[in-house]
Amino acid sequence: MVSPKAQNAVAEVAIDGVSKQFRSGALALRNISMHVEKGEFVSLLGPSGCGKSTLLKLVSGLTQPTSGAIKVKGITPVQARELMSFIFQDATLLPWRTVEQNVGLGLELEHTARQIRKEKVARMLELVGLTHVATRFPRQLSGGMKMRVSIARALVSRPRILLLDEPFAALDEMSRDRLNEELLRLYTEHHWTVLFVTHSVAEAVFLSKRIVILAPHPGRIAHVVPVELPWPRTAELRLTPAYEHEVARISRLLRSVQTAQSEASEGGIA
Amino acid sequence: MKRQFWFALKSLIVLACLLTLWHFAVIALNIPKYILPGPYPVAMAVKDRLPDLLNSLLLTTEAAAMGLAGSVVAGVAVALIFAQWRALRQLLFPYTILLQTVPIVAIAPLIIMWAGSGIYPVALIAFIICLAPIIANTTQGLISVEENLLHLFLMHNATRMQVLFKLRLPNAMPNLFVGIRISSGIAVVGAIVGELFASSSRVGVGGLGYAITYASAQLETDYLFALVLAATVLGFAFFFIGMFLEWYFLHNWHESNRSDIPE
Repeated sequence: MVSPKAQNAVAEVAIDGVSKQFRSGALALRNISMHVEKGEFVSLLGPSGCGKSTLLKLVSGLTQPTSGAIKVKGITPVQARELMSFIFQDATLLPWRTVEQNVGLGLELEHTARQIRKEKVARMLELVGLTHVATRFPRQLSGGMKMRVSIARALVSRPRILLLDEPFAALDEMSRDRLNEELLRLYTEHHWTVLFVTHSVAEAVFLSKRIVILAPHPGRIAHVVPVELPWPRTAELRLTPAYEHEVARISRLLRSVQTAQSEASEGGIA
Repeated sequence: MKRQFWFALKSLIVLACLLTLWHFAVIALNIPKYILPGPYPVAMAVKDRLPDLLNSLLLTTEAAAMGLAGSVVAGVAVALIFAQWRALRQLLFPYTILLQTVPIVAIAPLIIMWAGSGIYPVALIAFIICLAPIIANTTQGLISVEENLLHLFLMHNATRMQVLFKLRLPNAMPNLFVGIRISSGIAVVGAIVGELFASSSRVGVGGLGYAITYASAQLETDYLFALVLAATVLGFAFFFIGMFLEWYFLHNWHESNRSDIPE
């Protein structure tokens, strides 16, 4: 019998003293410790080379840490994979499969019965507004639509934890804003735990409860900043002074990380 | 549509000009028929010996098709094994290049000597010449899978077999068809080379290769021309069928097949 307190003590994602050294010898991450609570939306923000994508790959179990430990719901990332969905930077759709076949891929790999699979896929396509392109092939879709398919594919297996690796980086600003709003809508309905990697301050502020700013060379946590904006958040939030203020505050922090880094490298040369 | 019509018409006009030139050159230079027949005697040879010609064509078609089909099955199987075991691939891949560089004309008599006459040794020679392009291209497609797609499959705890058949094999389809396109043309060449060396069960009856040696020995140069023509058309037909299959299977999703008609 586990007491309620003990259950709470197990963070949804617990990263403790994690370092990652690549085979080339480069140190990607040094001594990262952070806990993500159940239902929390956390963004990992930082300049390129800060290891934010590597951190996400570690949480998903796609790579292993050199030292330290990662637990997802108290078990190893690989054991917890069924609870997680990963959304990649590109839509990474299978070009030979139609939209509905792409969305059903995960269920198919997990041997879900065809009838159940069909129903789940149809419901998911409706949820993200893709029913009208169900039988199209990826190359017939726009970038934003492809990303939507990718999101639908990640959600159809009903994950508890979402890992997103700069999912909207390749999109134009309008599609990006709309997909952000849609992601928030789905998030408030499903209460996932989300780890969101981005290099866009505006995106991180709009979506997150908490932003973790990473510094590069080697990747390490520089700041952990709670976003002080009310919920629920809608598109109108972007027009408020409070939002502008938050974006400015986070931008300053991010710039301080980058300046410190360039000064350090100049010092190194001298 | 209109542009294609004009293109076809222009090509036909060029052909007509060449045939006319050939016809009058033979007459003007007074070349004997057994050295260079004009287009008219060749056409007559086709007409008079049509059953023989079709029979030879059919035999060669069968042998070439058997060799090509066999090379696709065996080549894909080898590629699947190569894609699964990196060490084995590195060990054996160089030897598949030997298949391509060995002069088929030189080993054809050996194969006929070992395997005897008939259609199967001929198909075997077509098979050997077709195999290397299929293996090389398919292996390339199987191993060059985008890393994120692989990660996607891993996130769903996909088995090795699922990765192989739901990711790697479909990913290799465009490469496989490049291999088939290359092999379809040389399958006919392989079969004809085989028939040059394979003896026939009946005098004067055999595949195109056999008929070509026979016709040249008999100085039936007009029929020889007809046979060469048939062989050329057959090679083209194989190539075209390969292109059509590629279009049929890939046009829905692959970037190289955006147009609605085979090019």
